[in-house]
Amino acid sequence: MAHAVSTVDAPKPWSGGDAPFNISWGKMMMWFFLVSDALTFSSLLIYYGATRNMNREFWPNPDEVYNHFPFVEGHIPLAFVSLMTFILIMSSVTMVLAVEAGHRFDKKGVVKWMIWTIIGGFLFLGSQAYEWYHFIHGTAEGKVVEHGLGVIHGANMVENEYGPKQFANLFFLITGFHGSHVFSGVVLNIIVLIMAARGVFHRRGHYEMVEKVGLYWHFVDLVWVFVFTFFYLI
Amino acid sequence: MSEITNNPAVEGHVGHDVHESHAHHHGHDDHGHHHKESFITKYIFSQDHKMIAKQFLITGMFMGLVGMMLSIFFRLQLGWPGQPMPILETFLGKWAPDGVLDPNFYLAAVTIHGTILVFMVLTAGLSGTFSNLLIPLQLGARDMASPFLNMLSYWFFFLSSLLMLMSLFVETGPASAGWTIYPPLSALPEASPGSGLGMTLWLFSIIAFIVSVLMGGLNYITTVMNLRTKGMSMTRMPLTVWAFLITAILGLLSFPVLLGAGLLLLFDRSMGTSFYLSDIYVSGQALEQTGGSPVLYQHLFWFLGHPEVYIILLPSLGITSEVLAVNARKPIFGYRAMIGSMLAIAFLSFIVWGHHMYVTGMDPLLGSVFTFTTLLIAIPSAIKAFNYITTLWKGNIVFTPGMLFAIGVVSLFITGGLTGIILADSALDVNLHHTYFVVAHFHIVMGVASMFGTFAGVYHWFPKMFGRMMNKKLGYLHFWVTLISAYGVFFPMHYMGLAGVPRRYYQNFEFFSGFSDLNAVISVFAIIGGLVQFVFVFNFFYSMFKGPKAPKNPWNASTLEWTTPVEHIHGNWPGDIPTVHRWPYDYSLPNGEERDFVPQDEPLSEKEKVAEHAH
Repeated sequence: MAHAVSTVDAPKPWSGGDAPFNISWGKMMMWFFLVSDALTFSSLLIYYGATRNMNREFWPNPDEVYNHFPFVEGHIPLAFVSLMTFILIMSSVTMVLAVEAGHRFDKKGVVKWMIWTIIGGFLFLGSQAYEWYHFIHGTAEGKVVEHGLGVIHGANMVENEYGPKQFANLFFLITGFHGSHVFSGVVLNIIVLIMAARGVFHRRGHYEMVEKVGLYWHFVDLVWVFVFTFFYLI
Repeated sequence: MSEITNNPAVEGHVGHDVHESHAHHHGHDDHGHHHKESFITKYIFSQDHKMIAKQFLITGMFMGLVGMMLSIFFRLQLGWPGQPMPILETFLGKWAPDGVLDPNFYLAAVTIHGTILVFMVLTAGLSGTFSNLLIPLQLGARDMASPFLNMLSYWFFFLSSLLMLMSLFVETGPASAGWTIYPPLSALPEASPGSGLGMTLWLFSIIAFIVSVLMGGLNYITTVMNLRTKGMSMTRMPLTVWAFLITAILGLLSFPVLLGAGLLLLFDRSMGTSFYLSDIYVSGQALEQTGGSPVLYQHLFWFLGHPEVYIILLPSLGITSEVLAVNARKPIFGYRAMIGSMLAIAFLSFIVWGHHMYVTGMDPLLGSVFTFTTLLIAIPSAIKAFNYITTLWKGNIVFTPGMLFAIGVVSLFITGGLTGIILADSALDVNLHHTYFVVAHFHIVMGVASMFGTFAGVYHWFPKMFGRMMNKKLGYLHFWVTLISAYGVFFPMHYMGLAGVPRRYYQNFEFFSGFSDLNAVISVFAIIGGLVQFVFVFNFFYSMFKGPKAPKNPWNASTLEWTTPVEHIHGNWPGDIPTVHRWPYDYSLPNGEERDFVPQDEPLSEKEKVAEHAH
């Protein structure tokens, strides 16, 4: 069924006339998918809000939980996560540059900026691994459990030293769900990079695929801003 | 309305197009050379929307029969509690020792019946079939926007159905926490046998289902937005397509929330988290999980659950609009009001979910807000009901089986809708919640009504799907017996509910023994209603191969799907895609025209042009 697609994609009017909406179906689908995905994240974040509100007296202060930084002794609240966020936002910037290079039909530019975007993605994922590592291992002191069961260090799905069970449960679930989105974004970016480098889009005559993965990448970035706000800032 | 045909630039464009396609025809590159299809690409991994529609329909029918069988199994227990029924042992083996249904399997049967009917039959079987079949055909598109995603959508549905069927064969039995799978029952394998592997399979099945809905929905929406033929403005789309569009939007916005809810439940089940669990004792032992809230699950679930009701119902209402107009030989009454009321219903469906939760200890103030928003739905619903009736009013009605089922939808929609007003009210609902009144209400208004819409669609578009006509007499038999037995099953349940008979119980209490005869009557109707479905199945498959060949436009309908050739071709129209010049409901032409309808692709006559200008 290739031909129905190619007739729609063709720049000239297909036999049904101009496509009534001035964007291609592929881009439109991506937009609608993002709306749908946004609702999944919303459901998780709303659950987060409700649970946090129910346990608000015991909810830990993020400044005291996330205060480690690689190669630095002592506590610097939120410094590392700010760096992570910065890296992810910068990778969005390089993604914008890749899309822009695609508009100029500049293959080299697309390849260059896609590589930077992918590097940014991997850096973010690596940082998240570091963040999880520290979250799981916790502090040397840990938390002494009242009924004499010993000391809890760090966090797992069942218990954690920071606060209510849900605090760690939600941290793992939501940052993990976001991380898997970033991971699939990186995979998509790599596929698009390979296609761009082999000149597939050049022959096709447009770099719309770059725009589509770009939309997804920006979305993942935007979701992170919310995750960051809810878990770290407030 | 008239600018498209009156604009000289566009006229020129048409001419240009015709010329171009002429060249195409000679060049023969448009439709000639992809006919070399193997059996596998044509019938199994097909990317043709018409074939995918048939795949959805037949899978949905099979799942429907499974769901119906389960309902008859538990109706046998409810009608004649504790009496040995050898047939149960034949089918269920160890779940019905000596022919008496096992109480755990009773709960499982209720659960899987609900799940299969709600998701596999009335969401995928209905939307999947008719959105796939009709969106491209009625809009004048060669196929869906992405045929490949469309194919994947079917195969994820297939996987989902397979997982659900697999769960029936698990040693500890299928999920048995009700189709709403409320935690903590569904979250704790130690809580009931069905909350073991059966529940895990249920969750994986539904996750596959959500993926299927997502892929299908993206395609439906994008196709409607982007692939309409020339002249097919949004307000010239048949109401079926409007209904499918709105349904797809609802699905795209509500199913991801179920995904979120399901993920949390999956974690609670397998990783020891406490999202929905708190303060629970199982066999005298306190569980370690604390601090979660099962009510939050209900909020997330019903945020899907209520729009889901309209995901089920709206396609049926759309099909009804179309079938009523064609067979009453009248334009649909209040075309724009129909669209507006569907949009209003869709919007309201997102802010009423709390009415499923009045008895969860909800703040009465919040309850009254949900009562208010829920009652608002009565307005667009009433508009639709009256528009149906006024469409039928003084119509020149042709009683095809499809038409009978469409009229049946109107009847059921009104009957079930009226009890909805009672249940919407938090003060009244507290009394009726968890009784058979609720069972009666939702089965009539969304279960049977949507099923009737599906049947109307199958009878009406069977000639389009298979190029043959279904047997009319068997259709009539199917309709009347189904209608009578549906009312026979669900009407008495209202009385039982008002008397306070609780739903979901394996055996009714002594206190309600006065209803045991009524229960037996209900079960008899259920069995008759179940058996007559085999008439439909027979009619369906017999007509597929042996039915009389269908003419191109058997019902004299004006919409575009009847301009395609009877023999299916990949790409739908052999030549150019038709251009649309008018709305889809030009029936009952006055002044003695030789036919009483005008197809959508027929240009305006001179007389009509003058009339348009006068406006």
